[in-house]
Amino acid sequence: MPVATYLQAVNLALKEEMRRDPDVFVMGEDVAVLGGAFKATEGILDEFGPDRIIDTPISEALLVGAGVGAASLGLRPIVEMQFMDFISCGFDQLVNMAATARYRHGGGLRVPLVVRGPTGAGVHGALFHSQDPEAWFTRVPGLKVVAPATARDARGLLKAAIRDDDPVIFLEHKRLYRSVKEALPDEQEPEPLGVARLARGGSDVSIVTYGGTLPLCLAAAERLAAEGVDVEVLDLRTLLPMDFAAIARTVGKTGKLLAVHEDRRTGGLGGEILARVVEDLWDELDAPPRRVTAKDTHTPFAPTLEAFVLPSEDEIADAARGLAAY
Amino acid sequence: MKLTREFEERISRLHLQNKVFGGVYSGRGQEAIAVGCCADLGPQDVVFPLHRDLGVFVVKGVEPGRLMAQILGKEGGLSRGKDSFLHAGDLSKGVFGGTSMLGATLPVACGAALKFKLRHEPYVAVAFFGEGASSRGDVHEAMNFAGVHQLPVVFVCENNRYAYSTPQSLQMAVEDVAERAAGYGMKGLVCSGNDLAAVLETMGRALRRARDGGGPTLVECKTYRYRGHSEHDPARYRTEEELLEWSTRDPIPRWELYLEARGRDVAKVRRETEAEVTRVVDEAVAFAEASPEPEGPEAFEDLYATPLAVPEAPEGPAAFEPEPPQLTH
Ligand SMILES: Cc1ncc(C[n+]2csc(CCOP(=O)(O)OP(=O)(O)O)c2C)c(N)n1
Repeated sequence: MPVATYLQAVNLALKEEMRRDPDVFVMGEDVAVLGGAFKATEGILDEFGPDRIIDTPISEALLVGAGVGAASLGLRPIVEMQFMDFISCGFDQLVNMAATARYRHGGGLRVPLVVRGPTGAGVHGALFHSQDPEAWFTRVPGLKVVAPATARDARGLLKAAIRDDDPVIFLEHKRLYRSVKEALPDEQEPEPLGVARLARGGSDVSIVTYGGTLPLCLAAAERLAAEGVDVEVLDLRTLLPMDFAAIARTVGKTGKLLAVHEDRRTGGLGGEILARVVEDLWDELDAPPRRVTAKDTHTPFAPTLEAFVLPSEDEIADAARGLAAY
Repeated sequence: MKLTREFEERISRLHLQNKVFGGVYSGRGQEAIAVGCCADLGPQDVVFPLHRDLGVFVVKGVEPGRLMAQILGKEGGLSRGKDSFLHAGDLSKGVFGGTSMLGATLPVACGAALKFKLRHEPYVAVAFFGEGASSRGDVHEAMNFAGVHQLPVVFVCENNRYAYSTPQSLQMAVEDVAERAAGYGMKGLVCSGNDLAAVLETMGRALRRARDGGGPTLVECKTYRYRGHSEHDPARYRTEEELLEWSTRDPIPRWELYLEARGRDVAKVRRETEAEVTRVVDEAVAFAEASPEPEGPEAFEDLYATPLAVPEAPEGPAAFEPEPPQLTH
C-alpha cells in the first residue's frame, strides 16, 4: 500500500470495518454527502449507501444517545463529532447514559459505540475548535479513551475500537491529519487497546506522551540525541485504561519521567501519571518527575497567544535536558 | 446592508492574502435579516448574533475598526485576540457574543429577558439561530422556558436552507421552523429574509408584542446562503438552478427597488452610500492592520473578574537550577 496520511488511515479503517461487518454504520453531521468536514468519511456513501452512513441534524446529545440505543440492540454505530469540542453538547449521554448502561443492567448489556472526531489545537482554531477533551472523560469508569498519534495506529486502533464491546471515545488530532504520513501494510490487524507503544528507545530520560504532542517529543528527543542525551519516548495510545506497566518499565529503566500533553496542566493526565509514579515507583526515581503541558487558560486565537499557551518542542527539550542533568 | 457586504468582501480579500487565519463565514445574501431585526432596537436591548451576523454588530454601533481587528486576531479586537471571527461581543452596545456551540445563546437570551421582566425594564432580548441549530436541545429548552414565563424575547431563525452541507429536509420534518412556536405557547411568524421591508415589518410586530408584555415570538426569515459554509467550502452539494433562483432575490437591489417605488433617487442614494461605505471599511482595515498582535502572557487575562490571590508557590522549573538541592528521603 502506498504512503497514507493519518486522515486516510482513519478513512481506511472505517471502510475496512464496514466491509467486514454489516452492523457497523456511521452517523454524524455532514458525514455522508460532504464526507465530513475533514473528509474522514469520504467515499463511504458511494460504497455503502445511505443506510450505512447518515447525515443527522445538529444534535450531539441525540447522536450519542441514539448511538447507545443502536449499540445496545446489537449494531455498531460510529458517531462523528464534527469537532470534538462539540462532544460537550453530548456530555450527559456519554458520562451518564453510555458509561453506566452496562453497570445498570447487571452486566447484561453491551454498548459497542465509537464516538470519534478531530481534537486538539495548533491550527488557530480558537476557543471552540481547539479543545483537548480527554481529561473530561478519563475519569469516567465505563468509557474507554483512545488517542492515536501515527497513521498506523489511527488505522489499527480505530479497528479495535469498532470491534470493542464498550463505548470508546476516539480522539484524532487534527494537526496530525495531513502532517503525519507513513507506508501502511496492505492488510492490518487491529492494534490492541490499552497497550502503550515505545516510540523511541533511550536510557537517560523517559517522556510519556500521546496524540498531538508525540511528534514534538520525538523531535525534541532527536535534538537531545545530538547533545548526547538519550531520550526514551512512550506513546500511551490508550488513555483509559492506561498502560501503567509500560510507564513503570520505562521509568524503571531511566529513573526520570517527563509527562507531556497538549491538554491543560491542572487536572490533565500528566498529573495522574506523575501521581501514580510517585506513589508506586518512588524508589525508582532519580529526579522529581515533571510535566510539560498547555498553560492553564483557554486556547486563544491570535497566533502569539496560542503559541504562548501550547507546549513547544523547546519546552520539552529544556525539561528533558534538565532532567538528564539532574 | 451595503456596509456589511463591502466589509465581508474585504474580509474575503484579506483571507485570500492569508491575513485571516481562522474560519470565515459569510452572511452574503442574508444581510437584510441582521440589519432589519436590529434597526428598531435601542442600546439597552440585548442581541445574540450568529457567526454570519456582521450586520448586528454594525447596526448596534460596534466600531467597524474593532470588528476588523477582531477578525484579524489583533489587540484592538473585541476579544483582544482571544477568540476568532464573530465569537465576541460588546455588552456596552447590547451585543452578547456567542460560542461556537450552535443554539447555545438562546438560553442566555432567556436569562437576559428574565432580568428585564423581573426588573420591569422595557427592553427586549433578540437571539438569532440557524435552522440547523434549531435541532439542538438548548433551543427547545430556551423556547419552552420563554413560553412558560412569557419573556420579552424574540427568537430569530435565519433559515438559509443549509446547515453546512445538510439541507433542511434532513434537519427537520416540517417546512417552517416557526410551526414549532405553537408547541411552546408563542406566536410564530414567517417572512422573506431577503426583503428588508418585510423583515422590518415582521420584527416590528414581534418587538411590539415583547415590549407590551405579550411574551416571546419566533420569527423565521427565509433566506439563502450565497457562499459556502465557510470560505473553504466550494458547496458542491447545491444545484446551479437553486443558486440562480436565489440570486434573483438579492436583498440589496430589492431594497433599492422598494426605495425607488417610494420616490427616492436611488442613483443618488447609491453614490452617497458607496463613498461612505468605502471610507468606513478602509478605515476599519487600516485600524485593524495597525493594531498590535497581543502579547503571549495576555492569554491569562480576562479569565476572572476578581482573580483570587493565592499564595505564590515555586513552579516546577525552579527545581532545575544548575546545582539542584539533593533530595532527602
Ligand atoms: C453544537 C455544534 N455542533 C456542530 C457545529 C459545527 N457547525 C458549525 S456551523 C454548522 C452548520 C450551522 O447551520 P445553521 O445553524 O443552519 O446556520 P448557518 O451556518 O446555516 O447560518 C455546523 C454543523 C457547531 N458549531 N456546534
